[in-house]
Amino acid sequence: MYKILKKQKWSDTIYSNWIEAPFVAKAAQPGQFIILITNQKGERIPLTIADSNAKEGWVQIVYQVVGASTLELSVMNEGDSLYAFVGPLGIPSEVENFGGKVLIIGGGIGIAPIHPIAKKLKELGNYVVSIIGARTKDLIIMEDKMREASNELHIATDDGTYGQKGFVTNIMDDILKKESEAIKDIWAIGPPIMMKMCTRVANEHNKQIWVSLNSIMVDGTGMCGACRVSVGGKTKFACVDGPEFRGNLVNFDEMMLRQKQYCDQEREALMLLEEKIRRQASNG
Amino acid sequence: MAEKLKPAERLKKDRVPMRAQEPEERINNFLEVPFGYSLQEAIEEAQRCLQCKPPYCVAGCPADVRIPEFIEKIIEEDIKGAFLEIKKTNALPAVCGRVCPQEEQCEGACIMNKKGKPIAIGRLERYVADWARELNYSDAKKASVRLNKKVAIVGSGPAGLACASDLAKLGYDVTIYEALHKAGGVLVYGIPEFRLPKAIVDYEVDQIKELGVEINLNYVIGLTKSVDELIQEYDAVFLANGAGAPSFLNIPGENLNGVYSASEFLTRSNLMKAYEFPNYATPIRVGERAVVVGGGNVAMDAVRTAKRLGAKEAIIVYRRSRKEMPARAEEIEHAEEEGIKFELLTNPVKVLGDEYGNVVGIECVRMELGEPDESGRRRPKEIKGSNFVIDADTVIVAIGQSANPIVARSATGVETNKWGYFVADENGKTTHPKVWAGGDIVTGAATVILAVGAGKKAAKSIHETLSRQ
Repeated sequence: MYKILKKQKWSDTIYSNWIEAPFVAKAAQPGQFIILITNQKGERIPLTIADSNAKEGWVQIVYQVVGASTLELSVMNEGDSLYAFVGPLGIPSEVENFGGKVLIIGGGIGIAPIHPIAKKLKELGNYVVSIIGARTKDLIIMEDKMREASNELHIATDDGTYGQKGFVTNIMDDILKKESEAIKDIWAIGPPIMMKMCTRVANEHNKQIWVSLNSIMVDGTGMCGACRVSVGGKTKFACVDGPEFRGNLVNFDEMMLRQKQYCDQEREALMLLEEKIRRQASNG
Repeated sequence: MAEKLKPAERLKKDRVPMRAQEPEERINNFLEVPFGYSLQEAIEEAQRCLQCKPPYCVAGCPADVRIPEFIEKIIEEDIKGAFLEIKKTNALPAVCGRVCPQEEQCEGACIMNKKGKPIAIGRLERYVADWARELNYSDAKKASVRLNKKVAIVGSGPAGLACASDLAKLGYDVTIYEALHKAGGVLVYGIPEFRLPKAIVDYEVDQIKELGVEINLNYVIGLTKSVDELIQEYDAVFLANGAGAPSFLNIPGENLNGVYSASEFLTRSNLMKAYEFPNYATPIRVGERAVVVGGGNVAMDAVRTAKRLGAKEAIIVYRRSRKEMPARAEEIEHAEEEGIKFELLTNPVKVLGDEYGNVVGIECVRMELGEPDESGRRRPKEIKGSNFVIDADTVIVAIGQSANPIVARSATGVETNKWGYFVADENGKTTHPKVWAGGDIVTGAATVILAVGAGKKAAKSIHETLSRQ
């Protein structure tokens, strides 16, 4: 179970794995996430679903190596099995045919989870305008799949090595200036700071926006409350009440502070693992 | 075979104490606190039993354990026989021997209370169960009868396991669905290692698997598959998913870093083994001063865990007095021995943080007891102007759980009450003819043994219903 069927390296730090998980694939809907554990001693890592195929029984995930657990995942190979893989978790995106245009914004590895939402919205008959962005060209992922899932695709890089130089918010602002009326709804997934900025732009244009919150989680089924976020002044659990919320109501500053909760421990774990991997490499 | 004493001699004997790790030693480790009886100690204690007819103790046991019978076998030094007597009705003896509130159940009903101390039934049950585990003795085998009827059980906690065991023994094909990556429910995520070693839970779960019960881990009913689908695929469904949604205080500052629900804190430590970080990858932070809000068993588990994780000061904050604390007397005593501080008649009003979003303290107010409320306990009232601050690096909220909605929202035709708990009769029957429910998801947060009892009743009722079809 939970075998890595295929693994691709997309940049220095970004990987995609296709995991054998027929029950999850059968139930997965856009906007939902999974939790995986690499090995018996691993932690529960929540990751949004990039793609899934019920018939073939796989789920695709995309991740960036940012700490010990994602590093551990990145050194696993095709044919290896994960210790656990559970889902789909969370409430699916509220997608429908809105009878007009929808704006889709994906930043960095946030492009991966925005992809199934764009794909579904297009299937439902919406005119999908997508913006994807990253720091630099190498970090733009899933461009072809996003092009397929969109009617229009805009690209931004911070350093101008690809597409328009600047942030996704610049393009978003331009589009809303031109056709705010035509845009029926907006989804933005990426780093919290990007979602916060997209929400600011949406607010300036009096638009509602969905964001997907990747809070720290443990069980991911509403049991522990690690993932609590303030939404409209109320405490919500990202795992069962979300992960998508109206960005207009989210307290992003609190959320970003909460994401730093284990900074010190994460650094310690990463250092130890890197040392272990170095040692194994020099012995092997 | 040990001597059977005359009743007068039995009455003269004192309850045999159980040896335990010294407090100053045990606060530095997660090993189990009591060591358990030796054979000699078990026999000595068993010899005190008066073998009442009818036995009061059994009437106090939700799992109907054959207490006088197994105690008699101990005196006969037939521990295997004792084990088989217990296993006739209880699939989780090593667990129950450790975590049941015996003083309210079997031991509370024991006639010896009138003459001194009750028979240590829990310790004897534990002794017998440990004997079997240590010798790897097993009586588990697949039922010889196959009824070709399928039952799905949602949740692998005590209710689900007890129900699964009874149904499997009757010849049903039983499949348990568990959301987490380990079976056992609260026994693995909630109760700490120092009260219930996980190897013991694993062993008793394995015994239930030996009966032919299939356990599907990493499978969230309500998300991976709905209850409605289970109803289609199985002859009966037993919902035993537990309460499992943490309650918070709803006071300012509760989302600061360093504020945990007890469920999160204990899950990190117990299920994810954060106490072995970084060898295990899940982190936990405690700091020097930990405050636990609440007065129940979960609060005691959390505060004692915080102490073991390195808190120099671990403090219970509880709004009523010691007398109203719902925790078992033994848990409170153990906590006191370990140097846990108690701020009683104290209620938190605000969690205080620094500019980085970290907890630095908790503002509290002193309380006094007024008239009794609907629970019969005297209602605590704030003493105006008595606010003060307790410095804290960690605040753990242990004030109870509510119903987790995931399972219920995928169950058409299964009624819930206004708090989201399933409505079920005393046999676990819900408003859907194919669905039973039991344990915390019916009663709200309660004890392991009540969940075991609910699982057994549901198994009996499922069997009666399916036998008529």
